[in-house]
Amino acid sequence: MSYWSWLIGSLPFEWAQFSFMQNALLAILLVSPLFALIGTLVISNQMAFFSEAIGHATLTGIAIGALLGLPDPTWSMIIFCVLLALAVTVLRRYGTVSADTLIGLVMSFAVALGVVLLSRDGGFSKYSGFLIGDLLTITPTEIGRLAVILLVVGVLWVLYFNHFVLSFLNKSLARSRGLNVWATEAFFSSIVALVVAVSIPWVGLLVVNSLLIIPAATARNLAVNSRQYVLIAFCLSLVASITGLVLSFYWGTATGATVVLVAMMLYALSFLLKR
Amino acid sequence: MQNSNQLDKRRGLHEERACCTRLIDVGVRFEGKTALQQVNLHVHCGELTAIVGPNGAGKTTLLRAIMGEISHSGELLFQPAGDSDQQKRPQIGYVPQRIEIDKSAPLTVLDLFAATGTRWPLWLWYPKKIRDEAYEALNLVGGAELIERNLGRLSCGQLQRVLLALALKPVPQLLLLDEPLAGLDHAGTAQFYEIVSGLRRYLDLSILLVSHDLNAAASIADRMVFINDKTLLFDGTPAEVLKQEDVRLAFGLDDEPVSSAFKSYCAVDDGTKE
Repeated sequence: MSYWSWLIGSLPFEWAQFSFMQNALLAILLVSPLFALIGTLVISNQMAFFSEAIGHATLTGIAIGALLGLPDPTWSMIIFCVLLALAVTVLRRYGTVSADTLIGLVMSFAVALGVVLLSRDGGFSKYSGFLIGDLLTITPTEIGRLAVILLVVGVLWVLYFNHFVLSFLNKSLARSRGLNVWATEAFFSSIVALVVAVSIPWVGLLVVNSLLIIPAATARNLAVNSRQYVLIAFCLSLVASITGLVLSFYWGTATGATVVLVAMMLYALSFLLKR
Repeated sequence: MQNSNQLDKRRGLHEERACCTRLIDVGVRFEGKTALQQVNLHVHCGELTAIVGPNGAGKTTLLRAIMGEISHSGELLFQPAGDSDQQKRPQIGYVPQRIEIDKSAPLTVLDLFAATGTRWPLWLWYPKKIRDEAYEALNLVGGAELIERNLGRLSCGQLQRVLLALALKPVPQLLLLDEPLAGLDHAGTAQFYEIVSGLRRYLDLSILLVSHDLNAAASIADRMVFINDKTLLFDGTPAEVLKQEDVRLAFGLDDEPVSSAFKSYCAVDDGTKE
């Protein structure tokens, strides 16, 4: 960490002198590739609404943590979100309602439950930080946690990326190749839930999904093959995150939302380029 | 053709003693009901067998049972060429019906080959081997030039050929074609049949073709099998099967010809499409 502080601190910028900005920059360098890797597949499998719902459902995860008296609700968020993701996958398989109705229902339930539990005795404002997140308060320990998750997802993406792509492209083709499509989908949903839950305190549940899907959606406008798709999403995610972080420093705005605005501008550009 | 040495070797074996695939008393029970029963079929390599029958007769159930997607009673055995008495499950290749592909998917034909046949992550640069293998398989269906093309920009006929090439890697012993022509127009159908017909001899494959287009199936098949009421009713040359009263009845062959309401929604691939 000290080497990192020295490295960034030697940059000739005002923002680079503050340790919270140095931490935030490091965190963003870890989160952007994570989001790009996952976002590309979220878009490919048309799961943008699913990941949005998981983001909102973390409210209940936070509430459960608060009820249990946990000092840090991270674990209750992760466990609740992963279970919810698996439940949605199972219900999609055996249920009779369409996927978007199902996800809408599940999200409504999880958000309402979370708000009811958190607003007991009028105490919701204590938790409003989770809505927009605060990247600038991230600590080195938490950055370490992000690094571990990035590493794990990176390894999984080397091992299973092709399986994900194939089962999301066409289920019967995937089955004929011996893939267990439902297990693959459940596995993927759990990873999405895990990453979303872990990122909530830093980026906020209102914008977490934007960070996940916008770079991938932008890359889809520009890419022809899979390699370009992942690579472009990765680069765009980095550019938007760093630009957003620096802008939020000078503007005094919430980092997550600022990053989203930059990412949306890039999306608009890609849309024009595609025409 | 690229891998002709290896293929010639296989063909050589074929001369000595033909390989074959046997279905022995295959039956399927699904949710407590019989979906298929007592199907006995013996197909030789290099032979194309058309499976015809009305909707709901059990054709797709049979294919799914052969693929191992649903469990079945009875046996499915492959007898290799030569003197070997060894029998095992055949290596199966499968060409699905025209599949829906998201037009905006950033996926090329090569990506599809890598995704189905290897664990090498699509987001890394491909080793030469993966490219060569895909090229080789595409070459068999006259589609080598499609390798870098985006899947969403292929015509129906091109996509169908790519799926066929995909099913040939690795070279199967039994190739299943499930209504591969739904949606192709006459020229596209003819082109696809010509390729399949060539492959059956060149690769010495047993091919099972499920089709509702009786005439097209009859024109290409060496043998025809009629399935109805959840079992195999007739087995013979196309001419023999077409003579059967039940078959004529099931397909309304003796009715007055009516103009087909079936419209092809895919143009033939004439190579002019981008």
